[in-house]
Amino acid sequence: MAEQSAKQGGGLAKIVFFVVLALVLISGVVFAPETRELAIHPMEQFKVTPLFGGDLGAITITNQTLWLALSVISVILLLVVGSRGRAIIPSRSQSIAELAYGFIYKMVEDVAGKDAVKYFPGIMTLFMFIVTANFLGLLPMSFTTTSHIAVTAILAGIVFVFVTILGFVKNGAGFLGLFWVSSAPLPLRPILAIIELISYFVRPVSHSIRLAGNVMAGHAVIKVFAGFAGALGVAGFLPIFAISAVLALEVLVAFIQAYVFTILTCVYLKDALHPSH
Amino acid sequence: MAITTQETGQAAAEASGMPQLDPAAFGTQIFWLVVTLVVIYFVLTKIALPRIEGVLAERQSTITNDIAAAEELKQKAIEAEDAYNQALADARAEANKIVAEAKAEIQADVDAAAAKADAEIAAKAAESEAAIAEIRAGAVESVKAVAKDATQDIVAALGGSADAKTITAAITARMKG
Repeated sequence: MAEQSAKQGGGLAKIVFFVVLALVLISGVVFAPETRELAIHPMEQFKVTPLFGGDLGAITITNQTLWLALSVISVILLLVVGSRGRAIIPSRSQSIAELAYGFIYKMVEDVAGKDAVKYFPGIMTLFMFIVTANFLGLLPMSFTTTSHIAVTAILAGIVFVFVTILGFVKNGAGFLGLFWVSSAPLPLRPILAIIELISYFVRPVSHSIRLAGNVMAGHAVIKVFAGFAGALGVAGFLPIFAISAVLALEVLVAFIQAYVFTILTCVYLKDALHPSH
Repeated sequence: MAITTQETGQAAAEASGMPQLDPAAFGTQIFWLVVTLVVIYFVLTKIALPRIEGVLAERQSTITNDIAAAEELKQKAIEAEDAYNQALADARAEANKIVAEAKAEIQADVDAAAAKADAEIAAKAAESEAAIAEIRAGAVESVKAVAKDATQDIVAALGGSADAKTITAAITARMKG
């Protein structure tokens, strides 16, 4: 009986908290007349600005540098600090670290094959970076490093160059067999080879734009809705509700895009190791 | 020089509406991204991955060992149960043997006692028969003597006289008949 009333008390406190939060938000909208004009700048969040003033040089420390550093810290917190107990029965953070390890390890093993396991640390690096950057980018006022095509193009470029060189090192000229579809009728093969070649070079483009595009689109949509909330006054709760829904979707997208990027990397790696069709 | 690049870059970015396409920012983005990736790669390969791999391997071996130990303990339990059953059967057989021995001993004792008692009873019966025969003989003698005396007195009372020899002969003849 006492337990139940305590639980109800907790629920009541929660309700009061959310009501107060909503009132604060709505009053901010209602009593701040200068924000009531339609001021939607959805792309401003992607601006790279120097943190300590000055110009954008090649190694200038910018807001992006800060958020890259934060994702490094997140990876260290999760995988190094989280697993410091080395417990047989893992703590919660150690479980997550082991889960991430097992998830990517199994993906590499299943998709790219057993002999690709020695490239697992590199793939794990890609996945951990993208997933932490994506989730950090969901924090309000944050900077999403993976929304920049410069970042994802470098990631995809590293994968493309590495996989291509690896293919030639492992298979020599046999790597070109990737483009020569031996199961097709002979007259078709040269045409298919051209198509395969083009699709091979389009890979890094789609690989990078898929990630940056998905992340950027979600963030821009959230910002647009946020602008509506400012402009609508009391009715602003509608776009705020929509933002919550889009944000929930973005949580999914943040993970799925990291997953897609990683699994495609595994597929390309498999092609490099076993180029035959 | 840098200022002009930045300005033109920003102008281009504003024109396209996407800060992502501002080439002035590419240099620092790429540089710090590569630094980030190198740092994460080294943290993973030097610390995190070997540690997690070690933990997973250790857990696997612990589980394997535990299963093996459990299997061994189960085997031991089965053996112990067998030994217990064996001991129980042995004890039962031993008990049966002891019971049978005791029974046989008691039977022998009983038989011996019975034989002895029979012999004693037979002796006593023979003794009693002898005594009865003696008493009977004694009784016949006494009857004879009493009959002789009574006959002599009856004869005397009737006024006759009879010698002892005749009376004795008559009584003896009567007693036989």
